[in-house]
Amino acid sequence: MRFLMLVCVDDELAGTVDANPAAWVAETTAKRQRIEGNQLRPVSDATTLWPKDGGGTFVSDGPFAETKEQIAGYDILECVDLAEAVEVAAKHPAAGIGAIELRPVWE
Amino acid sequence: MGVKEAVDEAFRAEWGRVVATLIRFTGDWDLAEECAADAFASALATWPRDGVPRRPGAWLTTTARHRALDRLRSGAAEVNRLRRLAPTVEETVETVETGPDPVPDDRLRLMFTCCHPALPLEAQVALTLRTLAGLTTPELARAFLVPEATMAQRLVRAKRKIRNARIPYRVPPAELLPERTDGVLGVLYLLFNEGYSASTDLLRPALSTEAIRLARVLVSLMPDAPEVGGLLALMLFHDARRATRLDAGGDLVTLADQDRARWDRAVIDEGVAVLDAALSRGRPGPYQLQAAVAACHATAKDADDTDWRRIAELYALIGQLNPSPVVELNRAVAVAEVDGPAAGLALVDALRADGKLAGYHLMPATRADLLRRLGRTEDAAAAYQEALALAPTDAERRFLARRIAELPN
Repeated sequence: MRFLMLVCVDDELAGTVDANPAAWVAETTAKRQRIEGNQLRPVSDATTLWPKDGGGTFVSDGPFAETKEQIAGYDILECVDLAEAVEVAAKHPAAGIGAIELRPVWE
Repeated sequence: MGVKEAVDEAFRAEWGRVVATLIRFTGDWDLAEECAADAFASALATWPRDGVPRRPGAWLTTTARHRALDRLRSGAAEVNRLRRLAPTVEETVETVETGPDPVPDDRLRLMFTCCHPALPLEAQVALTLRTLAGLTTPELARAFLVPEATMAQRLVRAKRKIRNARIPYRVPPAELLPERTDGVLGVLYLLFNEGYSASTDLLRPALSTEAIRLARVLVSLMPDAPEVGGLLALMLFHDARRATRLDAGGDLVTLADQDRARWDRAVIDEGVAVLDAALSRGRPGPYQLQAAVAACHATAKDADDTDWRRIAELYALIGQLNPSPVVELNRAVAVAEVDGPAAGLALVDALRADGKLAGYHLMPATRADLLRRLGRTEDAAAAYQEALALAPTDAERRFLARRIAELPN
């Protein structure tokens, strides 16, 4: 089954800690546990659409949640179960720095 | 006019246009600004020798494009962009000599992109003034009371977001136009005020002219948006009085004391026509109402002929749409004219008590004026001193100092 893995770190830590995931990517991709993924641009480059009173949407600057931790990257995992997904996620170099959220894809 | 003045004039008139066109051709905002700056430097170097070209704007745009081409040539990874740019440069060289104005006006495109809601508002304003009006980062920092490094970072971030988030370089399609217009109007009015009242003590009429020109384009593009006409009319009424705002010594002249014979009648007439057309749509908004106030002043034969009752009503309406202590202060001034200084002072004192205008020099200045008219000379002097300490420009400080000197002993 597939999981969306969201790597969430403190935006201010970006660039100050060594969390190069290249080795993790190579290993998990080789084992076919990871289908794809990437790092995201910083939240200052984010744009959010919000519902507008009376229908429609409006566009605003910034991420949808003004929290200290922000989504820094995502991966799509292909794992047998949550146990395997947790095992894979724990090996990600960001796992000791920020939160990693695993969301099963509804399928 | 000397060559230095010609380059300065060209800078004020053409900077935004050169940058806007270069962004369209290179897709790179920093490169566009750098090449525009290079073109102006090149003008300073070559115009004394070769004379000022017949169309300085076209010359500058062509020179900036050549510069962009040179820069891109030296970067090997830019082959595709280079291909896009190259034929255009050749075409431009041809048409500069022969055809009509060869430079399409990209400023509206630039305006809407600078004012895109995916950018923080403060960045929208800064970016518009930087790219369209050519204000420098130190000037912007002074205008918005932030350190230069903060302003520089604001501009860098905004440009990075435009690039990284792929904010399109275009005038929005019809269905998005109305909501995107509000942001543009706010920025235009700031731009106008930058040229009109000038945070730098320096009148920069080209900025106001630029704001008016862009507003005219907006009016023609959006005839169904009455607030655009409202803003244009408002700026025209202010602009018509420009020549009389300062005396020969550079000191401020109050509305009542301005020489109305020197107000630009043609500009006022245009303002009245634009405002009437806007109001006839039956959807008044803050800009139309402010323009209606300005029209009361602009069309009065003399200060005594001013319809203060209507002005007080208009400020009340503006306050209903957008409650603001500054609007309430203006209403107090109008009420003082209709019902006497004591009635105006009561409103100002209420504002003073709630503290929202603390630090705004026109609050104590207005209060001082009303106290003076009530014969409360000592209180007036104290209020003038308070205003003097807060006034942001030399002209305003001199004006207030003069008022203090004129108080009876």
